[in-house]
Order: sequence, then C-alpha cells, then structure tokens
Amino acid sequence: MGLVTLSVVSIIIFSSMELLPGDFGQAVLGQAATEETVAAFRRELGLDQSAVMRYGQWISAALQGDLGTSFSGRNASGVDRSREVIDLVVPRLRNTLFLASVAALIAVPLALILGITTALFRNSIYDRSVNIGTLTTISFPEFFVAYILILFLSSLYPVFPSLANVDSDTQFSERFYRTALPALTLTLVIVAHMMRMTRAAIINLLASPYIQMARLSGATPTEVIIKHALPNAWAPIATVIAFNLAYLVVGVVVVEVVFVYPGIGQLMVDAVSSRDIPVVQACALIFAMTYILLNLLADIIGIVTNPRLLHPK
Amino acid sequence: MKFNSQNDDVLLDVKDIKIQGFSDEKWHDIVKGVNLTLRRGEVMGLIGESGAGKSTLGLAAMGYTQPGCRIIGGEVNFDGTDLAQLSDVEKRSYWGNRMTYVAQSAAASFNPAHRLIEQTTASTIRAGIKTKSEAYSDAQSLYDALNLPDPNNIGIRYPHQVSGGQLQRVMTAMAMSPRPDLIVFDEPTTALDVTTQVEVLSSMRAIVEEFNTAAIYITHDLAVVAQMADVIKVLRFGEEVEEAATRQMLSHPKEAYTKSLWSVRTLEKPVRAPANSVLSLTGIDAAYGRTKVLHQVNIEVPKGSTVAVVGESGSGKSTTARVITGLLPQSAGSLKFEGKNLPPRLADRSKDQKRRIQMIYQMADTAMNPRQTVKEIIGRPLEFYLNMRGQRKTDRVIELLEMIELDEKFLERLPEELSGGQKQRICIARALAAEPDFIICDEVTSALDQIVQEGILKLLLRLQENLGLTYLFITHDISTVQAIADQVVVMNEGKVVEQGLKDDVFQAPHPAYTELLLSSVPEMDPDWLSKLTQKRSIFRS
Repeated sequence: MGLVTLSVVSIIIFSSMELLPGDFGQAVLGQAATEETVAAFRRELGLDQSAVMRYGQWISAALQGDLGTSFSGRNASGVDRSREVIDLVVPRLRNTLFLASVAALIAVPLALILGITTALFRNSIYDRSVNIGTLTTISFPEFFVAYILILFLSSLYPVFPSLANVDSDTQFSERFYRTALPALTLTLVIVAHMMRMTRAAIINLLASPYIQMARLSGATPTEVIIKHALPNAWAPIATVIAFNLAYLVVGVVVVEVVFVYPGIGQLMVDAVSSRDIPVVQACALIFAMTYILLNLLADIIGIVTNPRLLHPK
Repeated sequence: MKFNSQNDDVLLDVKDIKIQGFSDEKWHDIVKGVNLTLRRGEVMGLIGESGAGKSTLGLAAMGYTQPGCRIIGGEVNFDGTDLAQLSDVEKRSYWGNRMTYVAQSAAASFNPAHRLIEQTTASTIRAGIKTKSEAYSDAQSLYDALNLPDPNNIGIRYPHQVSGGQLQRVMTAMAMSPRPDLIVFDEPTTALDVTTQVEVLSSMRAIVEEFNTAAIYITHDLAVVAQMADVIKVLRFGEEVEEAATRQMLSHPKEAYTKSLWSVRTLEKPVRAPANSVLSLTGIDAAYGRTKVLHQVNIEVPKGSTVAVVGESGSGKSTTARVITGLLPQSAGSLKFEGKNLPPRLADRSKDQKRRIQMIYQMADTAMNPRQTVKEIIGRPLEFYLNMRGQRKTDRVIELLEMIELDEKFLERLPEELSGGQKQRICIARALAAEPDFIICDEVTSALDQIVQEGILKLLLRLQENLGLTYLFITHDISTVQAIADQVVVMNEGKVVEQGLKDDVFQAPHPAYTELLLSSVPEMDPDWLSKLTQKRSIFRS
C-alpha cells in the first residue's frame, strides 16, 4: 500500500516539475542566449526527450539509489562543476533529521504528559491554562515564535546562540547546544496539536461503560486514565504524532531560515528558485517517503495496541 | 438466611435517598426519597420501567452517582457507615472490595485492552485481599463454578474473544473475586438470548447462594426477578410503589401499577384460519460474503395473518427480512409475492413492488432522520409512492397520525421530542403511509418497556383488523409471539426448525431446539428456574 502511494506520489512530483514555469536552460544562459545554444544545452541535460521517457529514466535510477546529478554548477562557459544530488541532499537530510529528533524528543513526551494530566484534571485551572498556553503558541506564526525566543533566550539573556549554523565537523554536544532554539521553536509549534488530541482521545473514552466499571471497582482517577483509558487511545494519538513528526521533517523551512540552519527545507527552496529539477524531485521524494513511513508506523502502533486486531477470535 | 428479623443483620440501610440529574440546563429529580433495607445474604429485586430510577438507586446503594447526578438528601448506611458522607477516596476502599457491580452490557463494560483474568482480579489484588497468584487461582475456580468452558485458560483471553453470555459470567466472577458483602446486578441478562440467559441466571444464583452474598438485582423483567430475588421492590417515577416478598408479590400484588405490569403477559389473540399465501419463500439460501447464513428456507405467509419468526441472535431471522426486502439478494431459491416472482435485487423491483412491502425497525431512534419533523418523515413515502403534495399530503399525514393514536400537534416535532413508544408509532405511520399489503416488523417492541410494548402490539393488531395487513413479525420474545401471532416459524442457525399454527408449534411434541427455546423463556413461577435446572441436569446425566 505504502509502495503504491509512493509511486503515485512520484508521478505527481514529476508532472508538477513539468508544469513549473520557466526553463533551466533559459534561466542559466540568460536572455541573450540564442535558441541554438539553449537547445544544445537542453539536449545535454536530456531535457529534449519526452516526459514519459525522462520519468522512466529518473524513477529507475532512483530505485537503484541514484538520484541523478544536480543542474546547478553548470554554466554557459561549459565548465561542469555540478555535484551528485545525493551528495547535496544527504548532509542536509542528516541535519534536518537531527533537528527533528531533538524537537520530537522534547515535544512528544511533553505533549503526552500534558495531554494525560489535563485529561485527569479536566476543566481545572491547570487544564485551562495549559490549553490557552499551547493554543497561543500554535496561533503565532513560526518565525514570530522564533524571534521571540531569540529575543529572550539569546539577546536579553544569552543562554543559547541565535544562529544554528552547524556543519559535518560540529561535535555532538555542540550541535545539540546550537539546535536548542530551533528545536524549542518547533516544540512550541507542534505540542498543542498532539496534546489536545491526547486529551480528547482520553476524555472521549471516559464515558465508556468500562470506565464506569473501573471506577466502581475502586480504581483511582490516575489509574482510570493510565490503565483503562490510555491503552485504548493509542491509535488516534499515534496518528497525530506521526503527522507532526512528518511536519518536523518537511515543514520547517521557515525555522531553518530564521536560524540559518542548513536543513533540507532550505535546499529545496533554493533548488526551486534555480530550477534545479533533480534536487527538487529528490527532496520531494524524500518528503513523501517520510510521510508514508511515519503514517505506516502509526498504523502499526494502532494495530499492535488493539487486542482485537492482534488476537483474532 | 431469608427474612431474619434481627436488626444487627442489616447490611445496607438506605434512608429517604434523593438523587437529582442534570439535563436541559436544569436539575431534575430522579429518585425522590426511597428507603431500602437489605440484610446479609438477601437478594432484593428492583423492578420498574426505564426512567423509574432503578439503576440510579442501585448505584446509589454503592454510594456512587453517575457523572451529572448528585445525591441531595438521605443516608446510605452500609454496615454502619453513611457512604453519602464519605469522600471519593474513602468510598474507593469499599468499591471493588466490599461491594461490587455487574453491568448490563458485559461486552461494553470490559476494557478491550486487558485480558479477562487481569480484569477479574484487579480490584482484589489492589485491595490487598489476595496475592496475585492466589487471586488468579481463585478466579479460575470461580470460572469453574460459573460453568465457563476451559476455566483454567479462559482468563488469558481478551473480552472480544468470548461470547456475550460467557462475558457476563466472567463479570460475575469479577464481582465475586473480592468476596464482597454486596453485589449490585444492573440488568445483567437483558442483552442475552433466552437460552443463554437461563444458564447465566442459574450460575449467578448458585454462586450468590454459595457465598451468602447480599445482592440488589435490577431488571425490568418480572419473570427473571422472580427467579433471583427474595424480596421485590417496584419503582415508578423515582418513587417506591410497593415492596413484598417475592411469592407474595407475584400472587397478590397490591397496587394497580404492579398489577398492570403483570397483565402485559396475558395479552393473547385468537388464531386466524390460514388463507392463501401472499408471500412465499422457497428454498432460499443467502450469504454475507462467503459466510452462508440461510440454508434452504421455506416460509409461507398467509394473507391477512401474522407470522412470527422466532430464534436467537444469529439464527438468520433478520437476514430473512433483508432477503424479502431485497436488501440482500438471495443466492438460491425463489421469492413470490401474490403468486408473482419478486426480483432478488431491490434495484430491479418496481416502485409498486417496493411500496407494497414495508418495514418497521427495532431501533426507532436510528430509523428516523433526527433533523426531520414528523411531517417530513411520514410525508416522504406519500410523496414518493403516491405523489401527494401540499395540503393533500398534510391532511393524509394527520389522518395517519390519528390512526396511530397521535394527533396533529405532533406534525412539527422532531424525533428527539418524542418518547420511545411515540417514535415507534411514527415509524408505524411511515410504513402505513405507503399503503402496503405486507409489513415486516423487526423486533419492533424489544427496545420498549412492557407497558409501552403492550400499547404498540394492540395498535398493530387493530391496524391489521382494519386494513387487512399481513405481518411478518421477527422477535426473540416468546410472550410477544403469544400475543400477536397466528403462525410461528422457529429458526436456528439459518434453518427453519419448525413452522405451523401457533398452537401446534407451542404444543408438544417439539423438535429439540423448539423445546430448548420454549423451556428457556422465564415464567413467573419463582421455582421455575430450579425446576428447569433440575430437569436439564437429569436429562444430561
């Protein structure tokens, strides 16, 4: 199922590249280039072939792990300084995954704890303030949250650096330190969604007869939530967590820009503006895979935590 | 054990308890000052219609109120302590320890995420009554005492892996595990088939007797309560109607209301002589996917009569209805309506064929669009089948409302503004609106209280008399069959076991299944269950 989705997505990615206005040859060679030069350049890149042909070539190469060669680095003078797409993408992807993991490590447990405790003390002052707090942070644009954090945690009280410029030589602890602010920004942005879903999924179950049964057999409120409601709530919670984790990988370009973090989002935006089609396609494919994999994982969690599916009659 | 007059034997003494529930932005009285005294080892039956406050009272006896309810007065003295005065934390030390609860729907009341034995023993282990291994082996012996199959291993299953009757028994084991002083049974067999109900009832009764546990048994079924209770208390509108020892209550009810509860079961109609068949099913097979559910079903429905199809859940009676209406095309066999072949698929039937066969459903609630008014609900078939519009349509809707003993005040009401019985009446009017010859009634009274049931059944009989309707009446309730059927079809596992005139079917000799089904229907005799279990155990050995 995941594979079918992925191949459909790959077709969509490829055709949307075709629909992109402008032409790489024209863009590189400039307005002054003659038609012959542009045509020759296009032939060299294989852009003269039919779309179906190019899709076939691209996808079969991609299946073998070859994402092609970047367009950029070539220019009119004929000197080819272009790099393999994979060399461009992998270090950026590693950075993005690192940032996503740090943010997820903070956000997911935080969201679960907040969700469970607000369900436990629902309608209390605590519940209301947590709800208002998380809703506030999700309501502001990401860059705004980012700048506020920079203002307080970097300018006024210099705890963390405002720039998160890391490269492959950066030490792990240093890397962690530098990504603190972007990770914190992302946490603030995604916690509300996960926390509210956890709370809603649990509260939704509290009206079930088996919850009343648990209460009538003397279970404490904490026990009711942790032992009786939560085990039945994992499926919807996992879906929302997967959705937010996917967002951490594919949707963080604004945060990357603000903190000058060399992630894959920036790479893709740059590639789009320079019509570097192989890079754009590679990034889009990676994003699609991330979504599909994480959703698959959520489905698996949903199945594993449901005895009805795990232990058939 | 019964009627010990010594006062120190009183386990539970509820005094003038008043409970309110919150709905429509207001507090309403649910229980209006009821007294209840229960001695150790005594079983009290609480009966009444829905809304009588019996479940609320049963829970209040444990000091528990459902969310949205509150106790506003009175005492709940359990073994000398007033539970109404305790904090939740203090009450929790009683729940699942000295008092336990058995809920109506075992399927919904077990946590789907945990194994049965974990749930059976959780409160016992939490209260420190037994260690885990003691509690587990005790649970296994309780499963055995309750006649559950494979008692040593059934506990490792999950709730969805055992049947409804078995779950209800596991829940009884769970209630018994901490050896409580009091068990509250809240309609524990209402959701079960009659043949299953007998087994569950007798194992419940045996175990309550064995451990001399006091119990409150809540039900709306008199015959069931007669088997279980030493004392019966009748409730109505949150107030006590009367209380008496079971035998006395059954033979000499004092209050008119109690007598009316008894009288429902006496409704009976004379059998009509068979006429020509209006509908005949010949050799019908039907399947859901690859699962075959009907095998060679032959049914003849004489014109102007009522044919009752009886059987337990899973016997194929509702599937038969789906085949007749064309919702589930048969895989073999033929369907004739007034001598002409009826196309298997609904889509292939003419509008007139569709019009002449109508259906009334069990859950009137879900069978109506909650956003349509009564006028729209009844008006729709008038428009669709008979092309009525405007004033003509409204007049006809009013006429139909009068036929079902309602009036034009109901025209603009929404389903939620109707009582259960009124909703079912509207569904009947909707079926009548199409001017059908043949109506399938699928368990139309099983969701209703007995008195309301009686009203609906009388209405259906009157309509049949006046309009010459033919009914196919699907039910699992034998007393309903007694009340309205001319002919009876007994189904089991997708096959017709027996069919014929009501009196012939109900008279011995029967096929074994009919015998089992008929003998499982609870009777008002308090000794019925004892006699039956005795008879069956002799039969087995």
